Amino acid sequence: MNRLLLGLVLATIAADAAYAAGPDLGAIQQSATNWPAIGMFLFFVVLTLGITYKAAKGTKSAADFYAAGGGISAGTNALAIAGDYMSAASFLGISGLVYTSGFDGLIYSTGFLVGWPIVLFLIAERLRNLGKFTFADVASFRLDQTSIRIISAVGTLVVVAFYLIAQMVGAGKLIQLLFGLPYLYAVIIVGVLMIVYVAFGGMKATTWVQVIKACLLLGGATFMAGAVLLKYGFNPETLFAASVQVHPKGDAIMAPGGLVSNPIEAISLGVGLMFGTAGLPHILMRFFTVSDAQAARKSVFYATGLIGYFYILTFIIGFGGIALLMSDPSYFKLGAAGTFDKLKDMIGGTNMVAVNLANAVGGPYFLGFISAVAFATILAVVAGLTLAGASAVSHDLYAQVIARGRTTEKHEVNLSKLSAVVIGIVAIYLGYVFENQNVAFMVGLAFAVAASCNFPVLAMSILWRGTTTWGALAGGLVGLISAVGMVVLSKAVWVVTFGNAAAIFPYDNPALFSMPLAFVTIWAVSSLDNSRRAQRERAAFEAQFVRSETGIGAVGAHAH
Amino acid sequence: MSGSTLGLRGGTAPPSSRAAGAAVDPQIDRIVRTPEFQQLVAERTRFGLILTILMLVVYFGFIGLIAFDKSLMAVKVGGGTASLGLFMGVFVILFAFALTGIYVARANTRFDALSDALKRSVGQ
Repeated sequence: MNRLLLGLVLATIAADAAYAAGPDLGAIQQSATNWPAIGMFLFFVVLTLGITYKAAKGTKSAADFYAAGGGISAGTNALAIAGDYMSAASFLGISGLVYTSGFDGLIYSTGFLVGWPIVLFLIAERLRNLGKFTFADVASFRLDQTSIRIISAVGTLVVVAFYLIAQMVGAGKLIQLLFGLPYLYAVIIVGVLMIVYVAFGGMKATTWVQVIKACLLLGGATFMAGAVLLKYGFNPETLFAASVQVHPKGDAIMAPGGLVSNPIEAISLGVGLMFGTAGLPHILMRFFTVSDAQAARKSVFYATGLIGYFYILTFIIGFGGIALLMSDPSYFKLGAAGTFDKLKDMIGGTNMVAVNLANAVGGPYFLGFISAVAFATILAVVAGLTLAGASAVSHDLYAQVIARGRTTEKHEVNLSKLSAVVIGIVAIYLGYVFENQNVAFMVGLAFAVAASCNFPVLAMSILWRGTTTWGALAGGLVGLISAVGMVVLSKAVWVVTFGNAAAIFPYDNPALFSMPLAFVTIWAVSSLDNSRRAQRERAAFEAQFVRSETGIGAVGAHAH
Repeated sequence: MSGSTLGLRGGTAPPSSRAAGAAVDPQIDRIVRTPEFQQLVAERTRFGLILTILMLVVYFGFIGLIAFDKSLMAVKVGGGTASLGLFMGVFVILFAFALTGIYVARANTRFDALSDALKRSVGQ
């Protein structure tokens, strides 16, 4: 039972909102074309394309392309970070989870938030002081460029690939449901728009698209939660009491349910969410868009507030769904005698709770608005991912590994744009291929790889003097392979996708095992490494340390 | 510490414009020896470590209670509908935000002041 629930929850956090409806998957009907939603979405597209046009005119140098010229303010960056983090999965998935299980939704909200203090205390300022465009700049600061850039870029591309597939498939399903557009059209629209944002507008456009979407999403969610609370006299207690009365599980929704009955699984999930946040390449990139460490620090503080506020809103929205939708048959597929299952028969599946609630509190135009915001949300997140992937290809793999630093800035940026186009096309293709595959585990896997490969390499190279190239390379590889391997051997892939009888790895979340394995490998291999290069690398720690702690000598992303 | 004159990069690494600015710098050694630098690093490391541990304890304590003591989490607060677990969950969210706030407040005043003093003393 526990497995089943965890599977369901994993399905929920995947952006793949519609997929998470599980049993409904085969039965997704393309709904009637939703004109108000399409109109509002078109408005968003026109607005963001205008911004992209403006950004493209101002994007000349590599610093402009990768880091928006380093000119993003702390407040704007906070909105962009929050936007990257508030995916359609958080909004639709967590409110849907609260709707079905009440309290258990809060477990995910907290898990997604607690990584941010860690990012602030250990990573953000040092990253800004040491790096320029990608986190590989930082990890390879005193280590061998070629090896470290390869492992960082591979870690980045794996995270981006899994995250992107989940988002693309989710986007296709969601748009099919919300707008009444065919799946393939939806995937192509998302893919083409993200290519345009990234290839023409670079980080500037990607940031502003994210900021606009964050404002729309926060505004829409605030209105919805406010409308729900208004109906209950702004007293959450009254809302909870009303919810408990109509929910089939009754008072049980106020307490932990089946989500965390296996402590190891729960802790492993927590480790993945917490430290994965500190290794997501599209989030780490944002620390290079601000002018200095102070701004990096402030942006995490504001972003944590915005994200925490957003999760509290989704919790209220979930309960609003229980209290306001559950007793209204018009939101359900009715059975023969006009009966319906409150938890299973919601039109569009339980991930549509927030969307249906929008209709209940704000009418069809607000429904259209929220649908458009959900689409915009996916679009902004995939654009950020695409830029992170393109940077890894051009700045890390091409410029440093293949061309060995002998390339021009213009050439590198052009290659990055080309990479964005290729990544976009590949994403469209994968979105199409994976339409009916189980992609629910992919976001969880992306977090696990980020926590087990990117984070250990980054943290150890910054914080531990003893780290050597061999250590970081071996540890990163071990983390990457073990995280992917454990997920392949777990139930989600080994049983559900490959059709084997029993899972070889007993847990759905590998991070509790794969992340320490990576750290131990970095430590062990580095300690055994007594080559001359290793000695030079340890000796070079001092200079890196001074710069990471003080910012003295730090490179701004401004063009010189 | 004396090793800083050995250069920053692995021997086979290609030259790159980024590292050039941070190349062999006798000043590094001087900065490391200043009391301001040592104090800044010691204070910030300690402060960051304490806050990190607090976050880990609070979050994994919350998850642990959910895993091991569900009945405690279900206890009603003040005879209403809301459970203790719900307050704890909201507390974890507020706590995470508060911790980042505390760190930023401390960094904006104390750490930045130390850092500025350091930069003045090494003439940057």
